[in-house]
Amino acid sequence: MDWLDQQQQNFESLQNFGPRLWDGFLLTVQLTLVGAALAFVIAVILGLMGGSPKWWLRTPARIIIEFFRGTSLLVQLFWVYYVLPLFGLTLESAFTVGVIALGLNYGAYGAEAVRASLTSVASGQWEATVALSMSWQHKIRRVIFPQAWALMIPSLANLLVHLMKGSAIVYIVGLNDFNFELDQLRRVTDAWFAYAFVGLIGYFTFALVLTQIMRLLEVRARHRLGQGLSMREILSPAPKLPTGIQPGGAS
Amino acid sequence: MPTPTEPEAPVIEFVDVEKRFGDNIVLKDLNFSVRRGERVTLIGPSGSGKTTILRLVMTLEELTGGYIFVDGEPLTHREKDGKRVAVSPKEQKRLRTRIGMVFQQFNLFPNMTVLENIIEAPIHVLGQSKAEATAKAHSLLEQVGLPDKADQHPLSLSGGQQQRVAIARALAMDPEILLLDEVTSALDPEVVGDVLNILRNVADTTNVTMLIVTHEMSFARDVSHKVMMFDGGRVVEEGAPEKIFSDPSHARTKQFLSAVLRDA
Repeated sequence: MDWLDQQQQNFESLQNFGPRLWDGFLLTVQLTLVGAALAFVIAVILGLMGGSPKWWLRTPARIIIEFFRGTSLLVQLFWVYYVLPLFGLTLESAFTVGVIALGLNYGAYGAEAVRASLTSVASGQWEATVALSMSWQHKIRRVIFPQAWALMIPSLANLLVHLMKGSAIVYIVGLNDFNFELDQLRRVTDAWFAYAFVGLIGYFTFALVLTQIMRLLEVRARHRLGQGLSMREILSPAPKLPTGIQPGGAS
Repeated sequence: MPTPTEPEAPVIEFVDVEKRFGDNIVLKDLNFSVRRGERVTLIGPSGSGKTTILRLVMTLEELTGGYIFVDGEPLTHREKDGKRVAVSPKEQKRLRTRIGMVFQQFNLFPNMTVLENIIEAPIHVLGQSKAEATAKAHSLLEQVGLPDKADQHPLSLSGGQQQRVAIARALAMDPEILLLDEVTSALDPEVVGDVLNILRNVADTTNVTMLIVTHEMSFARDVSHKVMMFDGGRVVEEGAPEKIFSDPSHARTKQFLSAVLRDA
């Protein structure tokens, strides 16, 4: 059988597998987005605790961060799915298990990005909030976090792509995600076609969409701090030359 | 020359204050008090502890020894059964809302417009209505000569303009005590006068107590009731500005003044 025939057969198989692959892809998208949402919440909580001057907040955060960074996602997935039930804690759906494992693992990494960017906000900003008698919640929510947010987005964007790729491991707890369906496709085609072609395009496209969304979030966050162009200017078909921070002395 | 109001309980009182950073003692056995409406300027070489005094009053630094009283109440620690105990965060916050501070580096919030910078704390800390806070903010912006900048972004303003917004932001809290920490040191020379005029105006039209750290000796002479000369964490000399500036009694003061006045 020559190469062309082979490819024709491969594409026919792809067509037959199309709906399944699409379902698997959507599951990967859901796992990534829900896992990322959970990871973000965990990262913010652990990041705020980890940056606290109070030892009784900092210490538990450090332990949790080090534990979940220091053990592999695969091991954590096994724990949540197979070991916790031995202690009477059973999670009904494999999807929930996947989301929790992804959320904890990448949340622990994200916590470091959150903590680092909170400490990168200029000390004068913290001092101004003291001078205005703002409560801790108020200063974090309205002053410090909005500034730290712009600083942490690039790290979070990296982690988001890692999380997406990490989600490919959840098939081991029985989820039919994109990776699982690719493996099914491989059985009737070949590894090269399934992974190096269909899989590559699927994951890469998704990663590209995610990074571009994060890039726009960063543009928006920076613009709100008075840095760089607005989102509209970035997206306009005739881009202006970047001007950075406008020079002072406007009047 | 303005006159201080009649004597009453001091607004700020330092009792045996000591501040150390590790082994480095910045302030030692410091005792002084400031009456209501009084404007006191702290002068002295850098590293003499002037800014540390303002930062202690603003609770930006931890007080390592002694007591500070605001309106007769302990700001950070009180003496109880012969021991020094910290006051509750709630009590501290209640006193702290009476104190405002303007910083050398302005420290405006870059994620908010000029107006939002000014109304944020009055609304969320003092519980004012948005309408009330906004009206007050507009009149303060008028007062500092920036009536048309309310919707601008802080970073689009010049340094002098940013500092005027920072003054408006501090005044929006209706402070009893205003701390001015080298507020013109980061500004271009040509805008220093504008900022100082605004502060002169505040001094003339309100009864706010001011604690000022500055290198602008003519401003210190015009505005303050009392000047305190610091060196090595201690008060070397204190008195009325006309006395200190024209006839200092201490050699260290003479030396310092001749150095700064020569530069100016």
